[in-house]
Amino acid sequence: MPEFYGTKIASRLMLGTAQYPSPAILAEAFRRSGAGVATVSVRREAGGGRAGPDFKILIQNLGVAVLPNTAGCYSVRESVTTAQMARELFDTDWIKLEVIGHADTLQPDPFALVEAARNLTEDGFQVFPYCTDDLVLCEKLLEAGCQVLMPWGAPIGSGLGLNDPYALRSLRAHFPEIPLVVDAGLGLPSQAAQAMEMGYDAVLLNTAVARAGDPAAMAEGFAKAVDAGALAHAADPMEPRDMAAPSTPVLGKAFL
Amino acid sequence: MKITVNGEAVETRVSTLAELLVDLGHGNARIATAVNEAFVPAKTRATQRLVPGDRVEIVSPRQGG
Repeated sequence: MPEFYGTKIASRLMLGTAQYPSPAILAEAFRRSGAGVATVSVRREAGGGRAGPDFKILIQNLGVAVLPNTAGCYSVRESVTTAQMARELFDTDWIKLEVIGHADTLQPDPFALVEAARNLTEDGFQVFPYCTDDLVLCEKLLEAGCQVLMPWGAPIGSGLGLNDPYALRSLRAHFPEIPLVVDAGLGLPSQAAQAMEMGYDAVLLNTAVARAGDPAAMAEGFAKAVDAGALAHAADPMEPRDMAAPSTPVLGKAFL
Repeated sequence: MKITVNGEAVETRVSTLAELLVDLGHGNARIATAVNEAFVPAKTRATQRLVPGDRVEIVSPRQGG
């Protein structure tokens, strides 16, 4: 099971908390999935508003680790200030660092991401950077103090799966000791299983579950896929080959 | 004086961020604050003086992915 900044998590599935049809369905999705981490955010609150307090209670009742994000931030300053506000609200040094660089693809800005990660690490944060699958960027993030990497599978909310399996395999091979999480772009459990089969430590997703016709059932489907993929990776899969190889013994076949 | 709170223009007579939060009805609510894009921890709200044109952000926990 994954360990992030010294904290062991009992599941390889990390779930977002946005876009569910209702709070009850959100809670049911977490219950059936056994997800060990919930991502959350901070947003504006009006005086006397109940949205914040009610949501905080809902999250506390899930009994999972909380990972606040800096979703929607486009600059170093904006993301750092958002992270500082999130730390005060959620009492955790964990931060899922998002610094978006492109509005259509929500692709991270790699340059601002490294700078923000360095600033936050120096301020005592434990940074989970949402990043592209670029090998050099990931090296820079580790140099900046990150001890977890969260490369995208595909653009947020797209459901396209693992767009560049080669790049993701490359990251796994280059950073065998670093916890790696595929974050964003997953649409189906089979894609989560594929990430696990590559040796990834966890997957983080939201839309694929929250926007499914039956979110709780889909959450359970992802949980089973993640377990299956991790089991397969641990079992040392066979090497693929181009030519057929008979599985039934040839020796002893009746001569007819 | 005129300041901006969560993107809305606000006319206020308070002099500190802590007073503004009480004035706006936040009371003891679990919120986090920033002034002019800089984080202001809860413990320094009482000494954070506001001046005309300040941009105040007040946030609380929400759903996120």
